[in-house]
Order: sequence, then C-alpha cells, then structure tokens
Amino acid sequence: MNKNKIALTGAQAAAEAMRQINPDVVPAYPITPQTQIVESFAHFVADGKVETEMIRVESEHSAMSAAVGASAAGARVMTASSSQGILLMLEILPIASGLRLPIVMNVVNRAISAPINIHCDHSDSMACRDLGWVQIYSEDNQEVYDNTILAQKLAEKTELPVMVMQDGFITSHCVEEVEILDDEKVKRFVGEYNPETSLLKNNATFGALQLPDYNFETKKQQSDAIERAKIEFLKTGKELSKLTGREYNYFESYKLKDANYVVVSMNSSAGTVKSLIDKLRKKGKKVGLLKPVLFRPFPYSEIKAALKGKKIAVLDRSESFGANPPLFAEIKNSLFDINAKIQSYVYGIGGRELLEKDIENVFENLMKNKFEEKTRYVGLRE
Amino acid sequence: MSRLKGWKEMRKAGLVEPASSLAVKTGDWKVFKPVVDHKKCIKCFRCVVFCPDLCIEMKNEKITSNLDYCKGCALCAKVCPVKCIKMEKAR
Repeated sequence: MNKNKIALTGAQAAAEAMRQINPDVVPAYPITPQTQIVESFAHFVADGKVETEMIRVESEHSAMSAAVGASAAGARVMTASSSQGILLMLEILPIASGLRLPIVMNVVNRAISAPINIHCDHSDSMACRDLGWVQIYSEDNQEVYDNTILAQKLAEKTELPVMVMQDGFITSHCVEEVEILDDEKVKRFVGEYNPETSLLKNNATFGALQLPDYNFETKKQQSDAIERAKIEFLKTGKELSKLTGREYNYFESYKLKDANYVVVSMNSSAGTVKSLIDKLRKKGKKVGLLKPVLFRPFPYSEIKAALKGKKIAVLDRSESFGANPPLFAEIKNSLFDINAKIQSYVYGIGGRELLEKDIENVFENLMKNKFEEKTRYVGLRE
Repeated sequence: MSRLKGWKEMRKAGLVEPASSLAVKTGDWKVFKPVVDHKKCIKCFRCVVFCPDLCIEMKNEKITSNLDYCKGCALCAKVCPVKCIKMEKAR
C-alpha cells in the first residue's frame, strides 16, 4: 500500500486529485472559498504538469456552459465553485445532467446571499439537490481527495455529473495530512475516457427539442440512471478501496451499532461529533454518529436499517425555508413507517461555529427524551 | 408515424441522429396548400427564394412544392409578381 503523505488544504487536496486525473478541459471562475482549487490547478497547468486546456471564463454561467460543450464534444471535464457561483450555474446544471454528461465539480460549501457571507453552510449545494447531479459530501481533506477520484470514475460509468462537497474554510483552507496515491495508480483507476457518443465522434444532436410525446420517457431514463448510481457508487468505492485501504459507503457509522442516541450530521461537523462521542463513550454513554456521504441518490432503506430503534437528532447546516431542513426531511422520509423518535436541529448557518458543548446539549436532550415537531437551533441567540 | 418508443428502448438524453428531418414530415398540419398555374408563371424564382421551409424547387423548368414540409404559410403566393400561385384547402 502506498503511504505518501503530504500536508494539504482541502482545496489543494481537490486540486491534487484533479492533477492526477488530468482532465482534458477545466473551465472555471474564481470565487471564495473555492478559489484555492482553481488557483492550485492553474499552477499545474502553467507548470506543464497536466495536459488540460484551462478556460478562464467571464462567469460561472459560462464555466458550466463551456463544461457542457466540452463534455458533449467528448472531453473529460472538471470544474469547481461555491455559493453564488453555483447559483449562477443553476440554469446549466440540469442541462449537464439532462444530457448525461459526466462533469465532476468540486463544491466548497458557502452560505448564499443575502446578506452576503463567505463562510460555510450547505445552502448552496442543497439548493441544487434536485437537479440530477450525484452529490457526495466529504468530512476532511482526505475524503475530498478520495471522493474526487471516486467521483470521476462514477460519473463516467453512470453518465451523470457529480458534485463533491467540502466545507468552506473549515476544510478548504485548513491543512491536514493527506495520503496521496501514485500518479500512475490514479491514472489506471480512472482510465481513458471514451464516451459512447460525442459531438466529434458520432455526429449526434445534443439538446434537441423534445415534445410531450418523448420528454417524459427521457426524464424517466435519467431517474433510472441516478437510481443505478447507488450501486455503482459502492462498486467504484470497492475498487478504490483496493488502492487506499479506506472504505466508501453510503454513510459512515461511528460507534453506531450499539448506540441508543444518534446524531446525523454531514461534512466537517461530523469530526467534532466524533470527538465528543469518544469523550461521552468513556463516561459510558451509548452515543453514535451517522454521517451521510452519498446524498443524491439518497440511500433510504440502508439508513432506515441503520437507525431503527434509535433516538435521533439530525443536524442540518441549511434551511429549506417554509419546510423541513433538507437532511432532516430525507432521514424522516427513510423512517416514515417505523415511528422513530427524531428531532430536527439547524446549526452553523453563515459559518456560526459548532462546539462540542452544543452537540453535548443535543445528546442530552435525546437522553431526556425531549422531542418536538419544530426545528431547534444550535448556537442561535434569542 | 411509427410506434412511439418506450423509455427502455430510447437513446439516452433525447440524443437525435443526424438528418432526422428526413424521417419527420413537418407539413402535415397545414390548412392551405399552394397550387401553381404554370401557364401564368414567369419563372422569376421569387417563391423559391422566399419560401421559409425551402419547399419550392425548380424542376424541369417548372416550380414544384414539396408538400411534406410546406406549412401553407402562403408567402409564395404573396410574393408572386404575376399571382400564379393560389392557396387551396389542403384536405
């Protein structure tokens, strides 16, 4: 097994994976806190370490448009963005998935305007959760690196675009030790990209008008494809496991099996929860964590099996204004027929910190059997 | 039209083969069709140039309309300087 460890920020870890994947085209536009990814990758291009055509576009709308064009032409395409950048891409995101183009985008999660805020929450990627992109969430720098490589192969196998998320600043700008695979191993893992159909190869028309007689069927194909991506995610994960020795599942279970009280949380906050769980376990408390990794397609039945019989608190880092927060809504859907004890919490909006004592409070409420219909807020001033 | 395909037998993403316009006859909903009085026609080609669907051609010194694609817009009749094209009920 390869043990080449280097110190990288989450953004650099994403760029390092991109360097090893060596995409044909990267159209990108800088935005805080994603800029470091594109900046690091631009260095690789300038130094001749990749053969990528980097397109410096005038906006994110153009970035995703160029990505769609290049991908339809048969190129392997990657890009990255955050927050308003993703929202500017919004018009093109469903075109990428609708045309079944395997574009991989690293997303550095940041709050969306207004008021303008550059810090982390998940409202940007959650705003595009229903656009046909596969969504993979990463806790730390190592997961960013691994998930980006996994995403590239998964995208090309399923002919679907994939977003790989990491938390703005918390992950993207903090340095951690990351185990890097040999360039050659990554190259062999992702392989040559040879799409069955492309503009340059087979002369097909992409994005032609479709009327009521055929559009329904095409959308059903898309729905079927992302459903199949669930199995492909596990298969691709198993292949990557052989290289890294790490596991890639729909979600991570941390001291979950015998736990009575469970917190469900995604991305970097899962690390804080784990650290607290270790402390509470020493005091004999049966606490655990379920950290969703694959959010689209969502693994309903597997999550139901893992959470059955437990008291659950779901921590969301975004709101769905006027409805249940997105992660809570999915977890509750998974458990709808088993009448589980479940509580919704929203935390960390606009980069508000989440401390161990906040999570301890959440666990204590689970232990005291305090549940209510309404969402509770962690770290919010009244 | 042939039988409509189900989602399992269709190409992905609504991709279309080249030259699909040859298979799809787009003129079947016209109400009026052009009828030419060849004795009056002076072969000025204005109708050929103006037809938005490229349906009018000169064949053997005679203008002909391809009714598979003609939508019956009557532009040919309008621009004809000698009024030799009349619009009649298509069916």
